[in-house]
Amino acid sequence: MTMNLWRLFSSRKGSAPVARERLQILLAHERGLRSQPDLLGKLREEILSVISRHVSLDPDKVVVKMDRGKSVSTLEVDIELPNGLEGPIAAAAS
Amino acid sequence: MAKVLVVTSGKGGVGKTTSTAALGAALAQAGGKVVVVDFDVGLRNLDLIMGAERRVVFDLINVTQGVAKLQQALIRDKRLENLWLLPASQTRDKDALTDDGVRRVIADLRTKFDWVICDSPAGIERGAMLAMRYADEAVIVTNPEVSSVRDSDRIIGMLDSKTVKAEKGEQVKKHVLITRYDSSRAARGEMLSIDDILEILATPLLGIIPESQDVLRASNVGAPVTLSNAASAPARAYTDAARRLMGESIAMSVPTERVSFMNRLLGRRAA
Repeated sequence: MTMNLWRLFSSRKGSAPVARERLQILLAHERGLRSQPDLLGKLREEILSVISRHVSLDPDKVVVKMDRGKSVSTLEVDIELPNGLEGPIAAAAS
Repeated sequence: MAKVLVVTSGKGGVGKTTSTAALGAALAQAGGKVVVVDFDVGLRNLDLIMGAERRVVFDLINVTQGVAKLQQALIRDKRLENLWLLPASQTRDKDALTDDGVRRVIADLRTKFDWVICDSPAGIERGAMLAMRYADEAVIVTNPEVSSVRDSDRIIGMLDSKTVKAEKGEQVKKHVLITRYDSSRAARGEMLSIDDILEILATPLLGIIPESQDVLRASNVGAPVTLSNAASAPARAYTDAARRLMGESIAMSVPTERVSFMNRLLGRRAA
């Protein structure tokens, strides 16, 4: 009785806004995965082929990560290049 | 022209079978010739909710395999003469239902009925995929609860990609039906609101079925809730939803049960 009375008159914010926010973030992520099956695999492959045209590198040292946020997503490409580069890339980097 | 409607959800226990029976009966009451088809092979229940469990002789699988004719498997409702049931099989063989078999049965039903309502099993396995495969329209049954909304979103994605309509570049017309809705809890911010759900799913609303004891009572006696107690809040909500399916425009409301102030204070519902 006291509990119900308290609930009736309290203006406490419920848990629904939390549910809503969790769902929005989760579904933005899941929908992205659904619409672009293996996007990351393709990106990784193409990036690898472009770089290896100029530099010989270890395919395992190319890491492509995607982080999907609510409004902005980021693509993180981490390529480990071997030391002692010569040619256009080294020139451009210096 | 016949319309094939799938009642689906992804998640189990949200009210697909209850909604199939209630919408089917309401559409039949409005004059349409209706068949409700149970796709839940191995776990059939639509027969029980419709009160026809003792009259099942042949089933959907028998028809697809040519063991029985469609006319032999169809069960006519005892209350409404233009309402029929095609029950599911209780076989444990998951592969008994085939795409080709379903295609033929649905094509046949289209020639005989105005409404073919397919009651999908839960999940995203074969039965659920075949239940939606030939649909023109879909009712996505959703509870105001995170796991149900998530699964509905997944099912919407499949309706847009795995159906025959989608493969032809057309669209299955989708409607969200919110069930087990408690407006007082939603008002207190304890339950996802209608607006929250519609915004997240970005799909038009077909109706709001309030949480009610009448639904359990109807299933106890084996009658669609729209027939067992037509004046009850869920029955009125289902009847409105059925009329919207027929193309009528009816203002959206949440039918409520009368609960006295003292009962509300004590957290009780009217019996």
